Amino acid sequence: MGTRRRTLGDVMTPPVYLDHAATTPMVPEAVEAMVEQLGRAANPSSLHASGRAARRAVEESRERVAAALGCRPGEVVFTSGGTEADNLALKGLAWARRGQDARRRRLLTTAVEHHAVLDPLEWLATAQDFVVEHLPVDAEGALDLDAVARALAEPDEVGLISVMWANNEVGTVQPLPEVVAAAREHGVPVHTDAVQAVGVLPVDFAASGVEAMSVSAHKVGGPHGVGALVVRRDLELAPLLHGGGQERDVRSGTLDTPAVVGFAVALELAVVRREQHAAHLAALRARLVEGLRRVVPDVVLNGPDAPEWDTRRLPGNVHVSFPGCEGDSLLMLLDARGIECSTGSACSAGVPQASHVLLAMGRDDDAARSSLRFTLGRPSSEADVDAVLDAIGPAVERARAARL
Amino acid sequence: MKVLAAMSGGVDSAVAAARAHDAGHDVTGVHLALSRNPASYRSGARGCCTIEDSNDARRAADVIGIPFYVWDLSERFHADVVEDFMDEYAAGRTPNPCLRCNEKIKFAAVLDRALALGFDAVVTGHYAVLREGADGLVELHRSVDAGKDQSYVLGVLDQHQLRHSLFPLGDTPKTRVREEAAARGLLVADKPDSHDICFVADGDNAGWLREKLGDRAPNHGGAIVDDETGEELGRHEGTYGYTIGQRKGLRIGTPAQDGRPRFVLDIEPVAGTVRVGPRERLAVHGLEGIRPRWCGTEPTSLQGTVQLRAHGAEHRAEVEVSGHGADQRVSVRLLDPAEGIAPGQAVVVYDGSRVVGSATISATHRSPAGASA
Repeated sequence: MGTRRRTLGDVMTPPVYLDHAATTPMVPEAVEAMVEQLGRAANPSSLHASGRAARRAVEESRERVAAALGCRPGEVVFTSGGTEADNLALKGLAWARRGQDARRRRLLTTAVEHHAVLDPLEWLATAQDFVVEHLPVDAEGALDLDAVARALAEPDEVGLISVMWANNEVGTVQPLPEVVAAAREHGVPVHTDAVQAVGVLPVDFAASGVEAMSVSAHKVGGPHGVGALVVRRDLELAPLLHGGGQERDVRSGTLDTPAVVGFAVALELAVVRREQHAAHLAALRARLVEGLRRVVPDVVLNGPDAPEWDTRRLPGNVHVSFPGCEGDSLLMLLDARGIECSTGSACSAGVPQASHVLLAMGRDDDAARSSLRFTLGRPSSEADVDAVLDAIGPAVERARAARL
Repeated sequence: MKVLAAMSGGVDSAVAAARAHDAGHDVTGVHLALSRNPASYRSGARGCCTIEDSNDARRAADVIGIPFYVWDLSERFHADVVEDFMDEYAAGRTPNPCLRCNEKIKFAAVLDRALALGFDAVVTGHYAVLREGADGLVELHRSVDAGKDQSYVLGVLDQHQLRHSLFPLGDTPKTRVREEAAARGLLVADKPDSHDICFVADGDNAGWLREKLGDRAPNHGGAIVDDETGEELGRHEGTYGYTIGQRKGLRIGTPAQDGRPRFVLDIEPVAGTVRVGPRERLAVHGLEGIRPRWCGTEPTSLQGTVQLRAHGAEHRAEVEVSGHGADQRVSVRLLDPAEGIAPGQAVVVYDGSRVVGSATISATHRSPAGASA
């Protein structure tokens, strides 16, 4: 029944992990800080000495997070992560703003947001009688500013505008300053999902002019299950979680002190090391893209290309389409060789859907399904990139033959 | 060998994958996502394409210790199986979507992709036996557990497909498979068997067809007619609600003159007529088949047995094959008459326990002489 072939299953260790946009390993400093906290039993809301110590750790972390993100400590609301921060910002703002003025039913966003933004908005539209408008992007995934201006022509009806800082799939940096300028003119609050930007781009909340910003710990070398919504104090926000009134009554629930401490340590380091880190990623990105083009000449880089990618693309993102391949097949073939990446598409029940981001960029279903996303991180090396370049040629050949 | 285990989330495919792994094969588990919108398909333990089933398959792969992926075959499945199912019913035939799925999806789309990706075979939890015959061909046989035998739904596989298939459960009774699953720590050990049609969410085929076909069916509504007298006995809302041999739910107001129950004898989709009559007129003594598929060498004539539905009885039969290629036809004389046989169903031909091949029933004969009823 055939001879043994060498392509699948020849697992090499350690794996070449190139999915850092999904999550990235914790930095040792954050692990140490967390472990120290994990040994203590204290609720930061308790009034005794142990409680005060935990509260102090939380508040010091809040101050470190604030310093790293360019906001005031009082503007940091700790959440369970980026998804909760997005939900709190969007639902909390939409409800509060409509409560102030019933005409504010229109919610503006881009067609390329993460599902943690798209889906709460969709729910607000279907269950809460809001109207969501998905503003178009260009072929590189950047928001169409004319469309923003048109959508803001009737600002009295607009509840909010949510525009991600940088795209998680194709790495495109959005023209957020222009969006903020346009929205400010009309008094419309801006929320941004900055989950992918923190640690690689200069992210300063106050300087950005946005009203609310979502961040996540595990994308910057911190633990899973913690993040923050940075939100201006003058902004009214309806809470999602009601209970003990923690986090200035916006987000009830006992704070996870070890996670908050780990988050702060990791975020602080990520911001301190940002420039050096970004340069490291950008050099590897250039090596990977150049190599992929050499090995697979018809490969298509999705999103901004050199030299504009220095300012318009996340330095660690390489999102490529391999014409004639299924991304799923490629992922499996590379996985079998110990190379871990993503198809860059949303997965529910593991059923891959064609990426809404690529479709919004005007690519067809085939292009969307033929993509892989490699995202570089702190531990990534030239050897990792070269392992991909060694494996990708045969994998593409096989995947083309296997196309359904 | 490098083998791809198709894992439905049920106990059979989990144990099959585990056995292939034990046998030293390099096994990768794959769950086939057959619907873009899993919630619209059957929920709970009855089907094989829900989110829960996907998770069950994933956990089984974890326990076995093999990589696991979900393959999206929803478009192919819809085009090749679901559409075909609707078209066949609209034409007044009674298709078997499981055979169709095996022929077009599991042992075609999936197998082709697996071979191209560097696998040598596909392993499934079907109850059937593969063995190499004297002529070097791979033979498909009935499983040892007669109650679970699934060789019928595999009767569409050709030599190429059989050569790249593994059915590790064919030598084992189902009860032992469940015991083995429990011993292996597979949580699906006591999960109920799937049955019926996986894409009909509530098991109500007629309701599903009514909703999907709607006015598209040329047979939307018509008369229920006494086959002997031609008298209209009632009306129906679509012939797809009826199967030849059906007795219940005919909604006929007047009883038969002899007081005996009446059965669906024939369905005329274009006219929209459902013909009913007494049980003895259901007996089929012969049938014609089209689109034959042969597991190995094509026979010209054969004395053997045929099976006419999944888990149906064996009928002694004389089989004649005529013509070639797309025009090839199969004529079957049934020595043991059968009841409730409808065009569109598959006739699978056996020589002893060995599957010779299959064909799609195009016509049935109600008299031993072979005249069409």
